[in-house]
Amino acid sequence: MNIANQNQKTATKDALPGANVPKLPIYLDYQATTPCDPRVVEVMLPYFTEKFGNPHSRNHQYGWDAEAGVEKARAQVASIIKADEKEIIFTSGATESNNLAIKGVAHFYKDRKNHIITTVTEHKCVLDSCRHLELEGFEVSYLPVQQNGLIDIEVLRKAITPKTAIVSIMAVNNEIGVIQPLAEIGNICRAAGVFFHTDAAQAVGKIPIDVDAMNIDLLSISGHKIYGPKGIGALYVRRKPRVRLEALIHGGGQERGFRSGTLPTPLCVGLGEACAIAEKEMGAEAERLKKLSKRFYDGITAKLSEVYLNGDAEHRIPGNLNLSFAHVEGEGLMMGIKDLCVSSGSACTSASLEPSYVLRALGVEVEMAHTSLRIGIGRFTTEQEVDYAVEHLVQAVLRLREMSPLWEMAQAGIDIKSIQWAEH
Amino acid sequence: MNRGIYMDWNATAPLRPSALAAMSAALQEVGNPSSVHAFGRRARAWVDHAREAVTALVGAKAPLVTFTSGGTEANNLALNTRFNRPLIVSAIEHESVLRPARLAGAQIARVGRNGEIDVAHLSHLLDKAAAPAFVSVMLANNETGVIQPVAEIAQIAKSKGAVVHCDATQAIGRLAVDINELGVDYLTLSAHKIGGPQGIGALILGGELPVEPLVQGGGQERNRRGGTENVAAIAGFGAAAQEAATLADTDRIAALRDLLEEKLIGFGLPLTIFGRSAARLANTTCFASGTKTAETLVMALDLAGIAISAGSACSSGKVRPSHVISAMGFDAATAGSAIRVSLGWQNSQADIDQFIAAWSRVQRAGLARSDAADARISAA
Amino acid sequence: MYSDKVVDHYENPRNVGGFGKEEAGVGTGLVGAPACGDVMKLQIKVGADGRIEDARFKTFGCGSAIASSSLATEWVKGKTLDEAETIKNTEIAQHLSLPPVKIHCSVLAEDAIKAAIKDYREKAGSADKAAE
Repeated sequence: MNIANQNQKTATKDALPGANVPKLPIYLDYQATTPCDPRVVEVMLPYFTEKFGNPHSRNHQYGWDAEAGVEKARAQVASIIKADEKEIIFTSGATESNNLAIKGVAHFYKDRKNHIITTVTEHKCVLDSCRHLELEGFEVSYLPVQQNGLIDIEVLRKAITPKTAIVSIMAVNNEIGVIQPLAEIGNICRAAGVFFHTDAAQAVGKIPIDVDAMNIDLLSISGHKIYGPKGIGALYVRRKPRVRLEALIHGGGQERGFRSGTLPTPLCVGLGEACAIAEKEMGAEAERLKKLSKRFYDGITAKLSEVYLNGDAEHRIPGNLNLSFAHVEGEGLMMGIKDLCVSSGSACTSASLEPSYVLRALGVEVEMAHTSLRIGIGRFTTEQEVDYAVEHLVQAVLRLREMSPLWEMAQAGIDIKSIQWAEH
Repeated sequence: MNRGIYMDWNATAPLRPSALAAMSAALQEVGNPSSVHAFGRRARAWVDHAREAVTALVGAKAPLVTFTSGGTEANNLALNTRFNRPLIVSAIEHESVLRPARLAGAQIARVGRNGEIDVAHLSHLLDKAAAPAFVSVMLANNETGVIQPVAEIAQIAKSKGAVVHCDATQAIGRLAVDINELGVDYLTLSAHKIGGPQGIGALILGGELPVEPLVQGGGQERNRRGGTENVAAIAGFGAAAQEAATLADTDRIAALRDLLEEKLIGFGLPLTIFGRSAARLANTTCFASGTKTAETLVMALDLAGIAISAGSACSSGKVRPSHVISAMGFDAATAGSAIRVSLGWQNSQADIDQFIAAWSRVQRAGLARSDAADARISAA
Repeated sequence: MYSDKVVDHYENPRNVGGFGKEEAGVGTGLVGAPACGDVMKLQIKVGADGRIEDARFKTFGCGSAIASSSLATEWVKGKTLDEAETIKNTEIAQHLSLPPVKIHCSVLAEDAIKAAIKDYREKAGSADKAAE
């Protein structure tokens, strides 16, 4: 795939007649990051050059142009989650948004409340923020998830205490794509008088979100997960009932004092446009991705046995498949499919050799977690690419299974768990 | 559309074509630099390449660069790393140092009337501190352009066991900066002041020193700063750093600034040029003349198509006297009428001539009109 | 990321397969653990002259693990048991230019050789005893 040579028509383009091999390598890692949509880049460009002003310079045309761009973007971001533009704070990305939401609320209300609830499958930046707060003396409850990756609503209900300041539960998991029951969580939190924060980096633009209907008080957005630029994100902070925060970054008092620093105008504009495009195209795009994912999954399972889908099959975003290929090690498999860019574990931790903590939390055995790949399908994925990927993945798995002592044992009916494996 | 003359380079600089080219190319990359596949490695290569360039700009080593979302975050990150040391900052620091410093109960070092930090007073505060301190001083002031005696301060502070952070946001690309010659432990840089993009900056370490992260998660930037790297902006920062390192236009810009000041003096009106007796950045002049408020002057000049600023950009939306000029010991009226002209590589002598022509018109405009304008602003 | 030699062994693995465990002259080593992400099965076939005349492997693991075991089967062929026992993991790591995070793959290959030799000797010993 070469983004530079694609235009907006690519979303619906079909395989060219007579061309069976798509451009290689094929990008299938849309949960790690997405290419910036050329339409987004186009809108950003003038803000790099002729409209380069500092949006906080209130006294001249350069500043006003930049400010107008930022404020239009703010409205576009607000619109996709049905919020008011005054409730949107720009940040450097979802990681900062999550840090700001959790640490900010915890610090502001620390005199009265000292308890935070989250789940074990959150993104690392949520877990790390919570661990940091534990070091400061806060108490954190890490809720387990069920085998399908979803939380048990009753477990959440029971975990809330009068000391609970904030519940932080992600909308969509980055590894397995499952969608948490946001509206139910929101209801419980609102009734208990506890703030509800959701990391929606993987959800915005993929599933409809309505902060009022879902009683969401804080919501994190990422630019580069929705075909916008890297280095920009947003945090929605509810005004009624009002959520208060202690800032993480102090200075010029930009973003209503919640987040100081010169706003990167082109990036803000890019995020706004990315939201506007996603909002407009979400319905049709979700249908298209659902078809492609099904085509991928059906193609694989038609030719391979012992392939398991991780995470709930129903409550998941279209465009994410997390598959375990029994008896084939994930890293070895990735080397066999060099033309396909997929991920084993989440991108942030993919340099480490530990199996995914998300899959482990679902109760997936360690040995099975080692055999997992995340396949991310997105806006520029074509049917032709899916077919090519399925074919190559199947070939690689078949070859590696032929080389796998575990596959051999399984075929011979030996229970691998019955073997006394040496630790090393 | 004629967008007029831009003379507000200390607020932000236009993007250099080389930075735009690097960003356009990087924006078309797909990968997340943490991904191990081909797309990820290509994104990583952009980041690594830029890291080398940013490093070279200030004579540091590549692993000691932590990219942040800008100078403000880098300053906050540095101050967050003081590990309970008593904090000492100067009175003329940027808000992104002063704000967190006030929250942390910092001691404030005085500055002299020429805009230079009072080294003797800072030394005295170091002696008075209950424990070895954390000192944060800027290399060049954003409003006056006055270059601070950072190497001297670092030497004194180090001899008293202190750790030193320096905000070099306004200095890079305008004078040679070497983190080792300065002898500081932490150095803040911002890309958009040197023709890189907004939304990216860096905290540079003088050695293998700890950083207490503000934004956590994901393990990026050697665990010093979580979050997917802003690849395109980092690429733009790298390209801008490469060009800025040459300091190519410094002499020409200095000549323009000096010409501007000479012509201003030539009007024969009461005029104060702040920090003129100290070493200053070649591109900056900050001055007050007459009774008009800075707001009036900035707006009148904008109508004439000239973009300048009163005080620093972050607070220029608010009508209040510059804290820098006040700290230098000037009265509120003088501090409230100070304006800043800051130049860059696109400015020419014709721009200076136009500024002087506009300035002359503004000065000649009837008192009644400027009073009315002043009244409108104070009512707003 | 991977050296040319690792890629070559991964793409063209030598001696993949196995011998019957109970076949005469066969020693089998099975090392590693599925939970750790790598398992190697390495088999040797020892001839009448006491030299390893053939070897086979199967590996569950990353490219470096597959390459390490593939290389090990190449190296043991033609060696006496005592000679094969002197193959060091560092030699394997060096030959394949393994990065530090992958050194454990070469350790596993060395272990697999030793385990196969031990298995052969135990079987040969008990066969001798049965013959007495």
